[in-house]
Amino acid sequence: MKTLISSMVASLLLVTSWASANAVDNEEFVSNGGLSSLRGQSELNDTKQAEQLKKQVKDDKVIDRNYVHQPPLIPHQIRDYQVDLKSNKCLSCHGWKFAGQIGATKISPTHFETADGLTLSDVAPRRYFCLQCHVPQADAPPLIANDFKAVDALDAANSSR
Amino acid sequence: MSDNNKTGLIARLWQLFSKPAKIATGAVLGMGFIGGILFWGGFNWGMEATNTEAFCSGCHAPIVEEIQSTIHYSNRSGVRAICSDCHVPHQWTDKIVRKVQASKELVMHFIGTIDTPEKFEARRKHLAEREWHRLKENDSLECRNCHDFQFMDFTEQGKRAVTMHSTSLASGDKTCIDCHKGIAHALPDMSGVEGW
Repeated sequence: MKTLISSMVASLLLVTSWASANAVDNEEFVSNGGLSSLRGQSELNDTKQAEQLKKQVKDDKVIDRNYVHQPPLIPHQIRDYQVDLKSNKCLSCHGWKFAGQIGATKISPTHFETADGLTLSDVAPRRYFCLQCHVPQADAPPLIANDFKAVDALDAANSSR
Repeated sequence: MSDNNKTGLIARLWQLFSKPAKIATGAVLGMGFIGGILFWGGFNWGMEATNTEAFCSGCHAPIVEEIQSTIHYSNRSGVRAICSDCHVPHQWTDKIVRKVQASKELVMHFIGTIDTPEKFEARRKHLAEREWHRLKENDSLECRNCHDFQFMDFTEQGKRAVTMHSTSLASGDKTCIDCHKGIAHALPDMSGVEGW
């Protein structure tokens, strides 16, 4: 009887000590060591309040390019614009057939060239999915301040001086 | 005594039903009136019951899903257009005509003309073209039931919208569906469609 009780107490002690040791381990594991990142300074197991969703720029002027060969940005809303194998909503304004009549920016002739340098009569498959390069804009401040400046030749703010 | 009473009852009933009573006209009119309300109410209730989103998605579930990401379903103001707002005419006579036409679609449903997603995709263009044609013919009536051109405030619209609406739409040259295809459902293969 004595041995039974003592063995039970011993096993209980063992289990509690193991559990508490484990808890300490976990705390160490989730500690970020005082680092702060884009998410701010928060522990890994904390769930922070999500940022508010940013609003897409609905209708703006053409946005200046910042460097040569930069894909022009989309200065308007594109909600529900279907671009897939069946249809391409972008091209129904920006395609050569319609751009003039609608007053939209024409897609560049480079989009008609295949990887082998052949010029096709319509948009080349590798350039078909507009949103791979051209993106709409949101009214969001940069996550990290930076001093990026556009190439002089393209910077409209500089050209007026 | 009891025999007398019995014949008396039968005779009385015979008299009651063979001779016009004083309240007969009123009773018939009243019954007709109440019956009319019940029938008309029931009929309209039935029509409305077949106009709900729940009823439509009973068979058209995949295509009802497609509208859910679009502006006609999820938007800031909480106004929602359901299937019947666009696909069933609002005017009574037109509505009845459409409901009768729909009985053909019931037959098609039960013989399984379109009972797999593949069959639906194969016929999507045909089905879409029918709806585009219908809206073109009635000058996009179902759009205009909510979007009245007379009430459009161009100062509240985007530049692109103003350009189109103040020219082609204002002159009657184009109607809503000419440009606004695929606003509530995924588009079919658009090759060969005007404007694409």
